[in-house]
Amino acid sequence: MSDAPVLEVNDLSMVFGGLRAVDNVSLNIKKGEIVALIGPNGAGKTTFFNCITGVYIPTHGEVKINTSEGSAVLNGLKPNVINEKGLARTFQNIRLFSNMTVLENVMIGRHQSLKSGILSSVLRTKKNRIEEQKVIDDSYEILRKIGLEMYVNELACNLPYGAQRRLEIARAMATNPFLLLLDEPAAGMNPQETNDLVELIERLRKEEDITILLIEHDMSLVMTLSERIYVVDYGKMIATGTPEEIKNNKEVIKAYLGEDIDA
Amino acid sequence: MNLEYFFSLFLGGLTRGSIYALIALGYTMVYGIIKLINFAHGEIYMIGAFTSLIIGAALAMSGMNPILIFVLACLAAIVYSAAYGITIERLAYRPLRKAPRLSVLISAIGMSIFLQNYVLLAQTSDFLPFPLVLPNMKFLKPIEHMMTTTQFLILISTAVVMVLLTILIKFTRMGKAMRATSQDKDMAQLVGINVDRVISMTFLIGSATAALGGVLISSHIGQINFYIGFIAGIKAFVAAVLGGIGSIPGAVLGSFVLGLTESFGTGYISSDYEDAFAFIILILILIFKPAGLLGRKENEKV
Repeated sequence: MSDAPVLEVNDLSMVFGGLRAVDNVSLNIKKGEIVALIGPNGAGKTTFFNCITGVYIPTHGEVKINTSEGSAVLNGLKPNVINEKGLARTFQNIRLFSNMTVLENVMIGRHQSLKSGILSSVLRTKKNRIEEQKVIDDSYEILRKIGLEMYVNELACNLPYGAQRRLEIARAMATNPFLLLLDEPAAGMNPQETNDLVELIERLRKEEDITILLIEHDMSLVMTLSERIYVVDYGKMIATGTPEEIKNNKEVIKAYLGEDIDA
Repeated sequence: MNLEYFFSLFLGGLTRGSIYALIALGYTMVYGIIKLINFAHGEIYMIGAFTSLIIGAALAMSGMNPILIFVLACLAAIVYSAAYGITIERLAYRPLRKAPRLSVLISAIGMSIFLQNYVLLAQTSDFLPFPLVLPNMKFLKPIEHMMTTTQFLILISTAVVMVLLTILIKFTRMGKAMRATSQDKDMAQLVGINVDRVISMTFLIGSATAALGGVLISSHIGQINFYIGFIAGIKAFVAAVLGGIGSIPGAVLGSFVLGLTESFGTGYISSDYEDAFAFIILILILIFKPAGLLGRKENEKV
């Protein structure tokens, strides 16, 4: 494996009419890193995620991945194709398939990698049954790792809040990604749930070999988890560095607290 | 009031309901997935009826067994109409995927008018006799005055279609992808579902059941013309709204409610108001349950 970053974003811009929501942002992540993207509300963080995962087509710039299978440019690909290439994400507000069971939510993510067609699944051919069983086994395995095995047959909408957030991560993991993009995974969580989440994210990186890019407002989580931090404000990248460097960066403090901090 | 008359009306209502259900499925499934009222759907039903007539007439010249002819004509209608459904989606709806909903709706109405006139020009404006007469089944002899062979066939095939569809949606991979897409299209894409394929599949299934409905009802009534899709389409649409559009069990329930109302209304009150009953019951139900019988209130996502 070479040292090329697994995700490379070069001069990415996203313009909506007169608004430059993301303005010339570059970022790269090495394999196995946990990187945080922070910034005040409305800074363009989620838009940036949307550009990477294909929800928006960026106005300008390049999104590139480098994996063992080679490099690929992601701009302009459909979200499902980008997902196939190994990027999975969660949302700021929970977007589970709420009328399906926990198991079904995870199976959906797993299914798309399969080949056998609709006819064989209606006819229940042997090949299909074996595949299907494998999907169920895999899904159980994922749920067990994420600590949701007790909810398997519950409807997603009946889960406690923290468990719903974890299920979002489980569903993303089911698509077999190498890079996980988490959009405010700790939003609305109580301190206990946040601690569990930190532990979960570290475990995913260590045991599943996942690279993680996360947006988060909970600074204690960001400072404990991430190795590097990027800060955006009004769509522009204003700082990058280790948690220590970011804590003491004048620009960042200004962006968060305003101009007159000495007064 | 005589019981036999009641039962024949009841069975007549079930037959109507079955046909409405076969068409309403397409409306409700398409609405569930892309929030579009596919006004061209009634035309698919009409095209199904015409296809089976043409194929059936051609096969009849070979002197084949009538049952075999019927089955082959049915299959041809289903395949041909499904192809139409998918093509319509590709040509008229997919390019407008990101456009406001109203534009797609107009496109659907345009498609409907186009298809009607296309069949009018290619075929004729007259009513054509639909001679696919199946031999009467022997075991229906004692109740023949209440239920004919075609009626029996309609009820059975509708039941089979419902069961197959339930299995497809509940237990197969494509069914799960469909449910996911109807709940949250963007999210479905982000977990790797090819939404375009799911939409095509929805149109395929909806068109196939509508075509089956077209063939069955035409062989029951015995004549078709280019305009049958319009009335049937509107009625089935009413049935889908009645049951709660977007909900599959709702569409089936709504269809039977509508079919039975029409049948009893014409039987006991007056056949002059046949079409009015559909809309009276629609208005009544929507006043008291605006989301339809089994429909859920839609929460706007912020």
